[in-house]
Amino acid sequence: MNIFLLMTPTPESLLPLPPVTFHILAALATGDRHGYGIMQEVAARSDGKLRLGAGTLYRSIQRMLEQGLVVETSARPPAREDDERRRYYRLTPLGIATARLEAKRLADMIRLAQATGLVPGKV
Amino acid sequence: MRFLRWLLALFPAGFRQEFASEIEADLRRQRREAAGPGLAAFWARATGDLLRHALLAHWDILRQDLRFVARSLVRRPGYAATAVLVTAIGVGANAAAFSVADYVLVRPLPFPAADRLVKLWQHPPGYPEMELSPANYRDWKDASSTFESMGAFTNTAANLTGLERPDRIQTTLVGPELLPLLGANPLLGRRFDPNDAEPGAPRTMVVSERFWRDRLGAAPGAVGSTLALDGIPREIIGVLPAGFAFPDRRTDVWVPLTLDEASLVDRGNNYLEVLARLRDGVTIEQARADLAVIADRLARQYPAANEGTGATVQWLRDSYSQRSRLLLLALVGASLCILLIACANLGSLFLARALARESELVVRAALGAGRDRLIRQAVTECLVIVAAGGLAGLAVAAAAIPLLARLVPESLPLHDPPTLDRAVVGFAAVATAVTAILLAVLTGRRAEGNHAAAVLRGGQRGGNAARERLRQWLLAGEVAASVVLLVTAGLLLRAVQRVAEVDPGFQVDGAFTVRTALPASRYLDNDLRDRFYRDVLAGVAAIPGVEAAAYTTCLPMVCGGMIWPASPDGDPQIRAVGNTASVRFVTPGYIATLGIPLLRGREVTEADRRGGQDVAVVSASFAERHWPGEDGLGKRFTVVGRNRMVVGVVADIRVRGLERTAEPQLYLPASQIDSAMGYYWPQDLVVRSSLTPAALLPQIERTIAAIDRDQPLTSPRALTELVSDQTATRGDQVRMVVVLGAIALVLATIGIHGLLSYLVTARARELGVRMALGASRSSVVRLVASNGLRLVAAGAVPGLILSYLAARAIRAVLFGVPPGDLITYATVLGICLVVALVGATIPAWRAARVDPAAMIRSD
Repeated sequence: MNIFLLMTPTPESLLPLPPVTFHILAALATGDRHGYGIMQEVAARSDGKLRLGAGTLYRSIQRMLEQGLVVETSARPPAREDDERRRYYRLTPLGIATARLEAKRLADMIRLAQATGLVPGKV
Repeated sequence: MRFLRWLLALFPAGFRQEFASEIEADLRRQRREAAGPGLAAFWARATGDLLRHALLAHWDILRQDLRFVARSLVRRPGYAATAVLVTAIGVGANAAAFSVADYVLVRPLPFPAADRLVKLWQHPPGYPEMELSPANYRDWKDASSTFESMGAFTNTAANLTGLERPDRIQTTLVGPELLPLLGANPLLGRRFDPNDAEPGAPRTMVVSERFWRDRLGAAPGAVGSTLALDGIPREIIGVLPAGFAFPDRRTDVWVPLTLDEASLVDRGNNYLEVLARLRDGVTIEQARADLAVIADRLARQYPAANEGTGATVQWLRDSYSQRSRLLLLALVGASLCILLIACANLGSLFLARALARESELVVRAALGAGRDRLIRQAVTECLVIVAAGGLAGLAVAAAAIPLLARLVPESLPLHDPPTLDRAVVGFAAVATAVTAILLAVLTGRRAEGNHAAAVLRGGQRGGNAARERLRQWLLAGEVAASVVLLVTAGLLLRAVQRVAEVDPGFQVDGAFTVRTALPASRYLDNDLRDRFYRDVLAGVAAIPGVEAAAYTTCLPMVCGGMIWPASPDGDPQIRAVGNTASVRFVTPGYIATLGIPLLRGREVTEADRRGGQDVAVVSASFAERHWPGEDGLGKRFTVVGRNRMVVGVVADIRVRGLERTAEPQLYLPASQIDSAMGYYWPQDLVVRSSLTPAALLPQIERTIAAIDRDQPLTSPRALTELVSDQTATRGDQVRMVVVLGAIALVLATIGIHGLLSYLVTARARELGVRMALGASRSSVVRLVASNGLRLVAAGAVPGLILSYLAARAIRAVLFGVPPGDLITYATVLGICLVVALVGATIPAWRAARVDPAAMIRSD
């Protein structure tokens, strides 16, 4: 843990989020997952286009843990699915708020793009 | 998988602890899923991903640490500046000293297979390194089997005409094997082939790139053009490339060495220097054995010239720089001392720093910062300081090398000046980085364990005894190294002083000299030569302000050689140490002009004519050697093939320079020299006058030009320069060591001051209690001062012992100053005392101002 990051940041101060961070937040929005679960979820949601490498994933998770976007959770899924070795991660309220804010920011940008005719769609 | 685990090991420890097992499990699963053709892609992807992120993770930490370090150093500018300065001095001194030492002593000479090049000498009794006679050279070359190739050369100088003004230039006669042996491939034209060295072959020469550029205007058509050397026209057949320098950096012209039948007759005429390359796989001992057998055979075959004469084989590398080797090694030793002192100082500074921030570290550790992480931060801080210091040090070295370049002997066949080379920079960088990391880890280790709780409670009394002892050891080492440096510097200074005090034996002030070497081609005729000397001397004597003028073969200190066997009638003519003398041919009045005291009889005069009585003026030691107790006048002896009568006895002079004892001297009339002895024709004009050299030189030039328009004048200078040159190199070298000694002293003072200040701070409470219990201020000051003295004494005593050993090692350059010279040691001890007191002053002053009440309250 780094001593300079002890202070909790505000959601605004974290924007814009790195794409990988946003994908991880999105993957965790549907439930607690371990690292491998996050990789699979991200791959599934991007139709297999985005495949996170282990280094990419865990360095992002490390930073997100420090920033307080996610926490490690002690709650476990039903025993049958559980894998003893795995650590499970869960969104924090800060994580949820940040993800929402980033989503809104991205939506605003889409709207801007539509308004200027850069992409087709309703204003 | 083992490979991936190895990749994982590249990540920072904190990351590994947290995620390594997760990543490993993930990768296992991915590998299972990516069976078959996807496997290779999986490995490639995983490797790239892990490598990249391992680096990024470190980079993140480094950035944080650097920010932190920058902030903490800005808060302590004094500490940062001192540490950087100390490192800069240590690195700078060493990088510079090693660059020059490497250049002179280590670097291979720029010739192909230079590690097999040797110099060959014949070894008559008493002279381990004597040049070879042409006949002996031919026989060695033909009979030896251990050499791949052998070549001869001899240095001379020649008058060059055919360009805008006549000039005297350094010329080397080389056998046809020599240039190929040295790998000299011509830039333009060709080099000599065996035909060029045949007697009667067309006269040719090869010039240096510098000569071609500076004197021939880099004209492409220069090859094929003709210049005259000593009046003999020679065709330029080639230009050697810029990097080629042989036998030294000053040589510009090479001409073929021709060994005709006549030159092969006299085996006592030794003038060839011989260079050879050992056959691949042959050791130098085998070569020595090979030549020993040949020399032995020649000694039996030609006892007159070769009796007792052996062979010397010496690495070419070692034949250079013998003279400067010891002093250069002393310089390297001195800079190592500086490095040691700098390290000790740095270690001491880091220790103090670690101690000062112990409580900060403990607080941060208590807040959850990992121990590895804290040590890493400390290491980063040290590295930042050392890197800054190292860079500054390289700047120091780059500035210092041109000054040190004066220590490079001119005789080295290296063309480019020494530079800060990559190897030295790399070594300095690695050495300092390793030192910094070691120091940082050693000093940062204590922020852990039970100690932490004590610090947090606030009961800390300024660190632990072990650390204090370490600092004291470091300081003692520092003082010891400084003492060694100072003693060495002191002894060398005393040696220079002694050399400068040596009486050269002639009158140095108010004399001026210039060289006019007559070309054999035009002055072979005795009358012509005699007339030249007579006209020039008459012309110079007529210049207002000139008191006396005379010619000699070569001035003392300019030439040390020209040694001949000389023995009274009846003695055998064997060249040995006991019967040689230095021979000079001089014009009338030379003894008086140079100011050599005339003891008995007369000097060379106009009365000594060719065809008349052959005479000689001898030095006192010559007379004493052969006719002890007598005045020597009227005695006869034989030298250079003629029997001569002693007409005068003069005092001895230092022919071979101030530092060396000389053979006895013989002065023979210039009018009684054989025209075949061109090398001994008088060439140095000495003028005693009240005029300044600047006023005198143009008038002499005019006088000589009126007599021989083509005759160049070279080396004009005052005799005082000649003598002061004798101590110049030594002076440079000693100044270097003195500067290093002064640096060491400053570093040691900083160290003593730092440690005492720290001790005073750490013991402020104790001092307060003492004063509250009635100790006077002066007794507190005494306590601190005596602490300082003890610190210095602990280093000074072993330092003095080491100094004595070091001084014995460099005895050869001490010019008779005893290695245990009392004055030097006493002075150094005195300096140490002063340093201890200076270093203790401020801490003692602060100790005396401790407020007992405040100290006791704060407890």
